Amino acid sequence: MVLVLALGDLHVPHRAADLPPKFKSMLVPGKIQHVICTGNLCVKEVHDYLKTVCPDLHIALGEYDEETRYPETKTLTIGQFKLGVGHGHQVIPWGDLDSLAMLQRQLDVDILVTGHTHQFTAYKHEAGVVINPGSATGSYSSINYDVNPSFVLMDIDGLRVVVYVYELIDGEVKVDKIDFKKTTASST
Amino acid sequence: MLIANGIEDEDKWLAEGIAGIQHSAFYLHRALDSNNLREALKYSAQLLSELRTSRLSPHKYYELYMRAFDELRRLEMFFKDENRHGCPVVDLYELVQHAGNILPRLYLLCTVGSIYIKSKETPAKDVLKDLVEMCRGVQHPIRGLFLRSYLAQISRDKLPDIASDYEGEGDTFMDAVEFVLQNFAEMNKLWVRMQHQGSLREKEKLDKERNELRDLVGKNLHVLSQIEGVDLDIYRDTVLPKVLEQVVNCKDELAQYYLMDCIIQVFPDEYHLQTLETLLGAFPQLQSAVDIKTVLSRLMERLSNYAASSPEVLPDFLQVEAFTKLSNAIGKVIEAQVDMPIVGAITLYVSLLTFTLHVHPDRLDYVDQVLGACVKKLSGKAKLQDSRATKQVVALLSTPLEKYNNIVTALTLSNYPRVMDHLDAATNKVMAIVIIQSIMKNNTCVSTSDKVEVLFELIKGLIKDMDGTSTDELDEEDFKEEQNSVARLMHMLYNDDPEEMLNIMNTVWKYIMAGGSKRLPFTVPPLVFSALKLVRRLHGQDGDVAGEEVPATPKKIFQLLNQIIEALSVVPAPELALRLYLQCAEAANDCDLEPVTYEFFTQAFVLYEEEVADSKAQVTAIHLIIGTLQRMNVFGVENRDTLTHKATGYSAKLLKKPDQCRAVYACSHLFWVDDQDGIKDGERVLLCLKRSLRIANAAQQMVNVTRGSSGPVTLFVEILNKYLYFFEKGSPQITTAAIQGLIELIKTEMQSDSSTSNPASDAFFASTLRYIQFQKQKGGAMGEKYDPIKL
Repeated sequence: MVLVLALGDLHVPHRAADLPPKFKSMLVPGKIQHVICTGNLCVKEVHDYLKTVCPDLHIALGEYDEETRYPETKTLTIGQFKLGVGHGHQVIPWGDLDSLAMLQRQLDVDILVTGHTHQFTAYKHEAGVVINPGSATGSYSSINYDVNPSFVLMDIDGLRVVVYVYELIDGEVKVDKIDFKKTTASST
Repeated sequence: MLIANGIEDEDKWLAEGIAGIQHSAFYLHRALDSNNLREALKYSAQLLSELRTSRLSPHKYYELYMRAFDELRRLEMFFKDENRHGCPVVDLYELVQHAGNILPRLYLLCTVGSIYIKSKETPAKDVLKDLVEMCRGVQHPIRGLFLRSYLAQISRDKLPDIASDYEGEGDTFMDAVEFVLQNFAEMNKLWVRMQHQGSLREKEKLDKERNELRDLVGKNLHVLSQIEGVDLDIYRDTVLPKVLEQVVNCKDELAQYYLMDCIIQVFPDEYHLQTLETLLGAFPQLQSAVDIKTVLSRLMERLSNYAASSPEVLPDFLQVEAFTKLSNAIGKVIEAQVDMPIVGAITLYVSLLTFTLHVHPDRLDYVDQVLGACVKKLSGKAKLQDSRATKQVVALLSTPLEKYNNIVTALTLSNYPRVMDHLDAATNKVMAIVIIQSIMKNNTCVSTSDKVEVLFELIKGLIKDMDGTSTDELDEEDFKEEQNSVARLMHMLYNDDPEEMLNIMNTVWKYIMAGGSKRLPFTVPPLVFSALKLVRRLHGQDGDVAGEEVPATPKKIFQLLNQIIEALSVVPAPELALRLYLQCAEAANDCDLEPVTYEFFTQAFVLYEEEVADSKAQVTAIHLIIGTLQRMNVFGVENRDTLTHKATGYSAKLLKKPDQCRAVYACSHLFWVDDQDGIKDGERVLLCLKRSLRIANAAQQMVNVTRGSSGPVTLFVEILNKYLYFFEKGSPQITTAAIQGLIELIKTEMQSDSSTSNPASDAFFASTLRYIQFQKQKGGAMGEKYDPIKL
């Protein structure tokens, strides 16, 4: 069982002061094995904070990030799954699942994690899963009016991944989960 | 050399003294074992003679004393048992006075006196009085102090206190009080006399020795506090005045400092509260060198803790007007001690402020008064340089923040900003950060533009260059942290009422616009997003009342936004400004304001044309423009055409061919919007795709020419995917033939001799084909659509 935290679009300090305290108290160091971040942190302090949650940190470049050396896209293998991450502002139309599926095919990954829309989605199609963890701070988005702070925790176990989404709605943390199973193991 | 010798000598003398005691003790024990009173007296006197030495420092003398003390305990047991020596205690009392030298004589007398009191054959007070007077015979400071200390020790449990065994006819606790007071007074006199013993050169050594003895003197006060009979009235009417008299009259700074502090620590806080005037009245009478401020601070600290732990006594504080008395006392002290360094005065105010916050937290006027006194002290002088003093001022200003947990309360203290004005620029900034942290920690919302104004005045050190400093001097990391704090702060400024919110934003803008080119990139974005949030709130509301002049409208806010973003040109920060203009465009689109939206796009394009030169930045920028434009629904045909034309034009002009290709096919989406009344112009979509295909071809040829091999087919696969996208959307111009042709083209390219295999593009193509296969197998309408395509 491998826990992967996926979050992004924090927009600290441009659009939000900090992660919600309820989220911070949940993100205890040492419990999570990998962190995937869709970008738009935007400042070093957020980077440092995420590093304390888990040192294996993968960040894609968002259009407001202070650190411009993050990669535009990144792929990594965790267990039987190939994951890819990008911020998502490069995929037009923004939030369009078919266009995102193309990126997924291009990166050749089972799980694609992108952001930009500040809207949580988990979309399953024949080649895999497209996940958007939303905005961890619930920050303003021109695309999505009704933004609640959210992040995603993936539990990867063999050929199965359970995607837990945590959303802060009216001061309470609500959890939902979605199951995905790979049909075949990753080819080399 | 001499000093080392001195210490060595002392050790030698001590050893000699101890040996002497042990020698006499041997014979004493023999005498005690054989119940020989005469011998016992002889050898005990001999033993005690060792204490007649003047050669030892207090520290060493104490060791000698303790040996003698132990032996005296044995002797006391012997004396007590009349059966052993056959001498009644009253006679014994007489007998010991025949000892040759006065010091042994008095030690023996005290020892017998103890038994005498225990026997109750005579009132305790008589014996005590006798002893305390007789001890006057020893005027040598160290010897006398230890002797009287011995007296205090053995009499301790025999004082005639209320409900003690020794209370009786004519024997009251007042006698005990008098006894202790007298012993105290004599001991103090001896102690003070020590300072005249040595030369001026030895003053430091002397002070050290005196300090070693101070607890002997102070113990008496402790005993006084333990006497049951001493209640508030006795304390106030007898004990305190007499003790203070001693303290003031001895005119010795070492003693005064120690004893004042002792009084404060030893007696109950309740007493101090009720005798505050008397106590405070003593301070001006003390020697000028006494560190009064420390003592006063400790007093206030005790009273603060008292108030904190026993809230029921708070009315007493008000009744005795504690605040006023303390405030006046401090004022007098500061006035009297003209040489007091500034840090001393401020420390006093910090203690007074802590006291006030504990005891009278609701009296903001008191708090302001303390700050005002501080301002007065600081005015007329240059800005504080002394780091200890500035630390104290920061403590002074931080304490109300911590207490009230609400910056808004602190903002009402009129003297608060005045104190801050006296800090140097660096400390001012430190304080500003403290204020911001307090707000963030407590999640305080600052909700009116007036309060925002006061707040920003307080933190002005962070917002603009103060006189004499410039941002160049700052460490870059520190500067970033500072400015990010200010950015975070801006999210705490909020009001539900749109008009007030607009006022707040105008106030904030007023302050940050003067921040200079280094600060604007940090402070502008949060303000812009605050404004955009307000716009969203406004157009979410059901329409404005027609004809009424509404102060806060989206249009007005967009005008402000224009101003704000324009200011970034001085930095210059074109990429940031471009992004912000696009954000505004989207917001204006949602408000249905076509001209405003168009204007924002114009600004964005102008920046792109004139300022964004870096090729990588151009790629990102053009994608942002395309992405935003794709979502616009407010434009009429003409405006939309102009903008899409510009976008596609710039896309084709990017530096690198692959970037051109990708941007151009991204533009295809400008002509197809999935909404019900969105544009669906299949022809122009196809034009874009064909154009991107031409560019991809050209890119391949270039690679061929420059590297002698064909490049990766990735671009073709991407374009294929786009064809599929619009094919599925139902664009009639995308034919299966075209798709088939593209597939063949890619296969050919991959198999050609000059191709180098590229795993990534191979995998991409493979997964694309898998996708087509999947769609074919779906059956239904989709399966039918895909049927003509052969893999």
